[in-house]
Amino acid sequence: MSGVARPTRPLREGPLRLALPRGSLFAPTLDRLDAIGVDTSELRGESRSLVFESGDLVLVTMRPSDVPTYVEAGAADVGVTGKDVLMEQADRVFYELVDLDYGGCRMVLAAPAGDEHGAEHERRLGALRIATKYPRIAQRHFEDTGRRAEVIEVKGSVELAPISGLADAIVDLVDTGRTLRENGLEVREEIALSTARLIANRVAHKLRAAEIDALSARLKGT
Amino acid sequence: MTHPIPPGTRDILPDEMRELRALQRRLAAVFERFSYGEVATPTVEYDGVLARAGDASGAPAAHRFFGQSGELLAMRADMTVPIARLVANRYATAEPPLRFFYNARAYREVRPQRGQMGEFFQAGVELVGAGAPDGTVEIVEVLSAALDEAGLGRAVIGLGDAALYRQLLGEIGVDEGARARILSLLAAHDLVGLAAEIAVLDVTDAQRELLTAVPGLRGGPEVLDRARELGGEATDRAIGRLAETYEGIAQRGIANRVSLDLGLLRDLGYYTGAILEVYDPALGHVLGGGGRYDELMGRFGRPLPAVGFALYLERVHIAQTEEERLAQEGEVPE
Repeated sequence: MSGVARPTRPLREGPLRLALPRGSLFAPTLDRLDAIGVDTSELRGESRSLVFESGDLVLVTMRPSDVPTYVEAGAADVGVTGKDVLMEQADRVFYELVDLDYGGCRMVLAAPAGDEHGAEHERRLGALRIATKYPRIAQRHFEDTGRRAEVIEVKGSVELAPISGLADAIVDLVDTGRTLRENGLEVREEIALSTARLIANRVAHKLRAAEIDALSARLKGT
Repeated sequence: MTHPIPPGTRDILPDEMRELRALQRRLAAVFERFSYGEVATPTVEYDGVLARAGDASGAPAAHRFFGQSGELLAMRADMTVPIARLVANRYATAEPPLRFFYNARAYREVRPQRGQMGEFFQAGVELVGAGAPDGTVEIVEVLSAALDEAGLGRAVIGLGDAALYRQLLGEIGVDEGARARILSLLAAHDLVGLAAEIAVLDVTDAQRELLTAVPGLRGGPEVLDRARELGGEATDRAIGRLAETYEGIAQRGIANRVSLDLGLLRDLGYYTGAILEVYDPALGHVLGGGGRYDELMGRFGRPLPAVGFALYLERVHIAQTEEERLAQEGEVPE
């Protein structure tokens, strides 16, 4: 237990607020909402709006990595985002309720194909240089396997790092693996599987239990 | 020219301070009405003494430094551990139960860019030497009165039992390794990971359903019936103590304030029985919490059962302000 958050945003009343991830999870999340009878046509249009009302829900769209922030603070009651995001922000407090089973990706350690330079680096210098957008997941993977890594956080195309000599290897999320192959990289270790998850604010999970349980059950398809 | 102050700290100016003090006075009046006496303890203590709480400690000290003669000092992370020390020192032979309250600041580590407070006010009580369920019922009654006095008529007290799920796993015969993994997933509120661990356990389908359903059971007394339906005698034993506490709360007429939560687990710290959390619909963060810590006093040489709670005063203040605004706007039905 660490510092105490000083809340600035009140929990809203009225319909449940559901945070949705823009990006690759957006389309399958809208499909799942359609399947349970939530109208998402407005979100599929060209609208620049960020907040939509639909039936008994308010849908709020944002970057996937912002979903835990909004849900932890109670600015959204529930949210959908990838397990990769949740793992990277493991120190935030929220309930992880449902594995939605879509948006499947693998978190992997990848290095230049056929190149053992990294292994030599690790043997002689004691640590592997890892470039990643997921510094905490990378660090933790190396700690869990009893090894040392120098983790370098990058924001853009992480495949560039081994090509240009910034790092020996990368930790990244891969879907088909095509980007890796086209940049001469291959998967060396699989760290975790990631799918879309439904999360809930800690207070909303208690005070709006019935609504959240009903939404969970519908999204789970049971 | 501006001069920096450390992350997680802040200055409090007169308008806010006046309201915080008023809130402290109102809470103090409630605690005194229930015969609790105010104590203050040093902000700084010997690290080795606070560390006696060991793995039973709720939060580690964020600030440690060397004193005048090289001894290691620590700033308190809460008031429960200092009061355990105080009872052992100053009330070594006093006849229990002992009732104390405090309005004090505590200090914790902050993570960058999270708006967290590294220094914050707590208002709370400790009831030492009163076991379950009577001591727990008394604490819930005091907490309920304190919330009313703070103007949080809509606040809810979540009531669980720190040992309930552990005992259920034991009754079913889940081995120690899997039990530890499952409990740490529950403490992290990861119900997806929990379900995945339960899915691979060597147990019957009915037991699997029970273990998966229990962490999500929260609400009125019907959740106890639901747990019994699912699990029979093993469940009866695991939820017995919680049911007994709830019975006592109902007799005091404050059951409408309390929401039972069979999956509540605050952390793996010092709680041994009943655990509490306080929620208000106007705020997305818990307002405070507490519970039983029957093993903590023993670590300081005075083995007595104990129970208490602490409210985060700044959060209570924000919730109070928000409730007032909603009431003025007529958004909250009276």
